[in-house]
Amino acid sequence: MLIKRPSNILASEITNEADYINRRQFMQHAITASLTASIAVAAPCLLSTSALAVETPSDAFPQLKKGSEFNTTEELTGYDDATSYNNFYEFGTGKSDPARYAKSLTTRPWSIEVEGECEQAGNIDIEDIFKLFTMEERIYRLRCVEGWSMVIPWIGFPLGDLLKRFKPTANAKYVEFVTLERPKEMVGQQRNILDWPYVEGLRMDEAMHPLTILSVGLYGKILPNQNGAPIRLVVPWKYGFKSIKSIVKIRFTEKQPVSTWMEAGPQEYGFYSNVNPEVPHPRWSQARERRIGDFFKRDTLMFNGYADQVAELYSGMDLRKFY
Amino acid sequence: MLFVLCLLPAIWIGSTMLQHPDPVDYLLEQTGLWTLRMLLLTLAVTPLRKLTGWHGAVRLRRLLGLYAFFYSVLHFSTYLVFDQSLDLPSVVADVIDRPFIAVGFVAFVMMIPLAATSTNKMIKRLGGQRWQRLHQLVYLIGIAGALHFWWLAQSKADIREPFIYALILAVLLLMRHPPIMQRLQALRAR
Repeated sequence: MLIKRPSNILASEITNEADYINRRQFMQHAITASLTASIAVAAPCLLSTSALAVETPSDAFPQLKKGSEFNTTEELTGYDDATSYNNFYEFGTGKSDPARYAKSLTTRPWSIEVEGECEQAGNIDIEDIFKLFTMEERIYRLRCVEGWSMVIPWIGFPLGDLLKRFKPTANAKYVEFVTLERPKEMVGQQRNILDWPYVEGLRMDEAMHPLTILSVGLYGKILPNQNGAPIRLVVPWKYGFKSIKSIVKIRFTEKQPVSTWMEAGPQEYGFYSNVNPEVPHPRWSQARERRIGDFFKRDTLMFNGYADQVAELYSGMDLRKFY
Repeated sequence: MLFVLCLLPAIWIGSTMLQHPDPVDYLLEQTGLWTLRMLLLTLAVTPLRKLTGWHGAVRLRRLLGLYAFFYSVLHFSTYLVFDQSLDLPSVVADVIDRPFIAVGFVAFVMMIPLAATSTNKMIKRLGGQRWQRLHQLVYLIGIAGALHFWWLAQSKADIREPFIYALILAVLLLMRHPPIMQRLQALRAR
């Protein structure tokens, strides 16, 4: 397969960090000033914002391979934002629910059961995953179907590396993933807002694509529970909900799996769910997105900016039909 | 007193919004919620007056109604400026294509004449009866607002919150049905 490098952004196009921060401070000061003028009480709270804090990575992954060719050079989303603004309905539907309730999740012992159309079905333990695979940093854009986006430095390894160990057969056309179901610890599962456990799927070539990774960390740290600990999928050219969290089962299938969101709203969520500015969600446009930390929206890119790498996977397909 | 009380949410929203990872989303959500809350409070005035016999309550109604309008203006401006970047063709397309936006937009537009005719002068000029008929639009506005919230929440598969608002609205509207009100008043008299 021909792997193309990501489209280059000219160095001159990148906002330097000082300008970026200055702009933000300017906006904060402007708002502070205008509010202080009218309402003196409001001012003190305005100065404390989490958005500026980007924590320095700890050394949870000393042998981390850095500088992937797939990395974006865009400004990273703050660690605090990436770990406090999450969609993880297993812990509630509010954005701050996962950070609040996911602490109760026990992530050890943990193993992934691999089954279906493969020669060597079996379990793989999370500790073995840490030992067997070379962890690398992947700085990807993340585009949520709701219209916001982040830039996150994930730590992980290509999903294909894990899948190959189980020797999928020629019948393996798709891969299905299943999240843990443990309502005692996952409080959101105590209500039937979705049909638990959460299920997602990829076509085999999507799963084997080098951009597709299993992630066990971010910002140099072990993956926090609210981000899908201990192991989750990251498929950067698809809407965020495809990147299933806290995986306990992987199944090779011949038939296209039915994902949880397809079941919940077949007209609204399709199997592919590729980021596509031209195909709107029935209830909102997907043409633009708000990068977390920004006030105004920016244009959404085809395949979330990964068209050079993945467009060929869908050549000849009507993406309006296969949304 | 009530004037200041109703302003507090706005101050609180404005002063905490930058602590949120997505301030615009937060602003949209909160101004929308407060529009709906103020609308429900406005609609609660008449049943309250009929049940308690406290006729002074009517004086609160205008203020509450105008605050509902105030929060809806904030809500709509946030949408216009930050969500749509003031791109009018895109707003038109959004309103046409998306029922949940359309129903919210209609609710907002219907509030404009009510706010404009809220002064004593306008009541006099229109004449009590005509004014009252016009202001019955508030029932439609309430229903449209609740529906706007409901359809939005459907995408998140979680309709608990809009359900509560719709339920309160339904109760407030049912209490306007004379037989039901009479029964309630009789219950109270016992």
